Amino acid sequence: MLTALLPLAVIVLVPLLLWGLAKLSDRLQQRLTLSPVMLVFVNLSRNKLRTLLTTLSVAVALFLFSALGGVLDTISDSIRIGSETRIITRNAIALVFPLPLSYLERLRTVPGVRAVSWSNWFGGRDPVNPRNFFPQFAVDAGTFFPMYANDLDIVQATPAAGTAPPGVDPKLTAFLEDRTACVVGEDLLRKQGWKLGQTIRLNGTIYPGSWAFTIRAVYRPKSKSFYGESMYFDWKYLYENSQRRAGVGVYYLSLDDPGRAADIARQVDVLFENSSAATHTESEQAFQAGFISYYGNLPFVIRIIGLAVVFAILLVAANTMAMAVRERTAEVAVLKTLGFSDGTVFRIVLAEGALITLGGGLLGALLAKLLIDTSGFNAGGLLPPMRVHWSTVMTAVAAAGVVGAASGLLPAWQASRMRIVDALRRVE
Amino acid sequence: MASIQVRDLSKVYQRDSQRIPVLDGLTLDIPDGDFVALMGPSGSGKTTLLNLIGGIDTPTSGQLLVGGTDIARLSGPALAKWRSRNIGYIFQLYNLVPVLTAHQNVELPLLLVKMSGRERRQRARTALEIVGLGDRLDHFPRQLSGGQEQRVAIARAVVSDPELLLADEPTGDLDRASGGEILDLLERLNREFHKTVVMVTHDPHAAERAHRVFQLDKGVLSQ
Ligand SMILES: Nc1ncnc2c1ncn2[C@@H]1O[C@H](COP(=O)(O)OP(=O)(O)O)[C@@H](O)[C@H]1O
Ligand SMILES: [Mg+2]
Repeated sequence: MLTALLPLAVIVLVPLLLWGLAKLSDRLQQRLTLSPVMLVFVNLSRNKLRTLLTTLSVAVALFLFSALGGVLDTISDSIRIGSETRIITRNAIALVFPLPLSYLERLRTVPGVRAVSWSNWFGGRDPVNPRNFFPQFAVDAGTFFPMYANDLDIVQATPAAGTAPPGVDPKLTAFLEDRTACVVGEDLLRKQGWKLGQTIRLNGTIYPGSWAFTIRAVYRPKSKSFYGESMYFDWKYLYENSQRRAGVGVYYLSLDDPGRAADIARQVDVLFENSSAATHTESEQAFQAGFISYYGNLPFVIRIIGLAVVFAILLVAANTMAMAVRERTAEVAVLKTLGFSDGTVFRIVLAEGALITLGGGLLGALLAKLLIDTSGFNAGGLLPPMRVHWSTVMTAVAAAGVVGAASGLLPAWQASRMRIVDALRRVE
Repeated sequence: MASIQVRDLSKVYQRDSQRIPVLDGLTLDIPDGDFVALMGPSGSGKTTLLNLIGGIDTPTSGQLLVGGTDIARLSGPALAKWRSRNIGYIFQLYNLVPVLTAHQNVELPLLLVKMSGRERRQRARTALEIVGLGDRLDHFPRQLSGGQEQRVAIARAVVSDPELLLADEPTGDLDRASGGEILDLLERLNREFHKTVVMVTHDPHAAERAHRVFQLDKGVLSQ
């Protein structure tokens, strides 16, 4: 609720604030001491509506620019292996290629690795509505749920006949007793309108056939970084019903010492360097970021959009400056008549262009920082909570200023070259 | 010393391939402290002559001595500097900066002079008091009448204490009463402050205030 109201409040408040400033500016200005810098500022107050609209369009553009920068920041945050309690090993060539199950024992012997689990992407499709997509993972139930015990809670389960094996949540007993059982996220259950105990069907896209799953338990994520709308079922079901074709998509390695994550990741990859399938081991978040940008080069696309945005501000600001200077032709002539040099006129116009975009840029970039950092948006757990780095904010503001000055270059040059007699005649 | 000596002055405008001769071998002497009116039909070159004398345009040929300086020989930046010290210009349409107060408009030329902000403000205030607007310092141009705006423009023209005032139809846009006030002011500046005044005008009543009246017709001057 708050995250929806905050942008709304800002969108309403900022124009109000600017309007208030515009109203105040006459009073304010009477108190200012005349100087070339003040001249630049008061020039902005000539056409307040235009200044306001230009500032806002630059702000929107720079908001977008900073938000895109924030996506890049977040991806780069996630790619760094920092302190990790878990790392993920996948096929070095690409995620779609499986790893042999035989790697399991070798991974368990790597010093510092406490436990190993694995999963595979199922890729099932709703037989009625193929667009109804949700991720399904075949996991080694006996090891996966203990490893992720701190990330999810089992909140509902069907009654069980026996008792759970040691180390496994007793609420998962019914799930473990039924080979075709599945665990689904609470949100997914609600969205799909499913009931606990219901049997659902999915068409396999990677593993052909119509697959039946019975919902034996429902989970709720404990942390923001854990996706709440997945479905998990036992890898053995996949293995047996796919004529033993299914391999391992990824191995999950939990570690004794988070500080050694980068080290252990390297050791693992060295271990399988000359095996049938080389591995790539990375942090969970890097893995997920890679997953996001899997189709197409996301960062590249983002940079292109960012450039387009900067170009858009250039056009907006250039248009404003051209209009501003044209309607001030006579005044430029007067300044020159009074003895102001061409260079001073040039600098005044240039500074005005930079100022108008700097204001909008500062507004947009700070707004992006504020809203995105507080939103806690994490792409449904695929990324760490999104953040805009201060360096991105500063880049955005600097880009805005440079672009603004550039937008003023041509009008400033025209104003500085303008001959007094021609400029004076034009208005008569 | 603000005497003006014009010798065989010609001005030809070049528009595309067309030559437009405006002033043709003009000779004119205006002694220091004079008040001269320049009359003539529209398009006869009055503004052009004024602009040449004021150094905001350059002659095609001839000699132009203003206060002893041969301004035809000055280049752009030097000319700009010379203007800021020697010329006060008054336009028909006042040409005040709309977003500056009367006080700030008058301060504007002083930005080009090394001077403390305090001194600048004081001088601008004095100039506005001379033109009778000491009570309108913080008014914006849009809050003033045409006559008042022109008086602010006159204050701006005299604030840096130039010896020569050039006015291009200063009453052309004003009613008779306000125009009269402007003329009173110019007369007073000439008489009390010894400014040399060259005023272009259409109005015979305005011209009566001058010591001498020149007629310009088809680029030729007669008294
Ligand atoms: N900058 C210019 N470029 C071309 N022609 C000009 C320019 N200034 C003036 N003229 C021409 O010179 C002539 C005299 O103009 P001007 O000095 O403004 O006359 P006045 O002030 O007596 O009405 C006019 O024919 C005008 O078209
Ligand atoms: Mg004229």
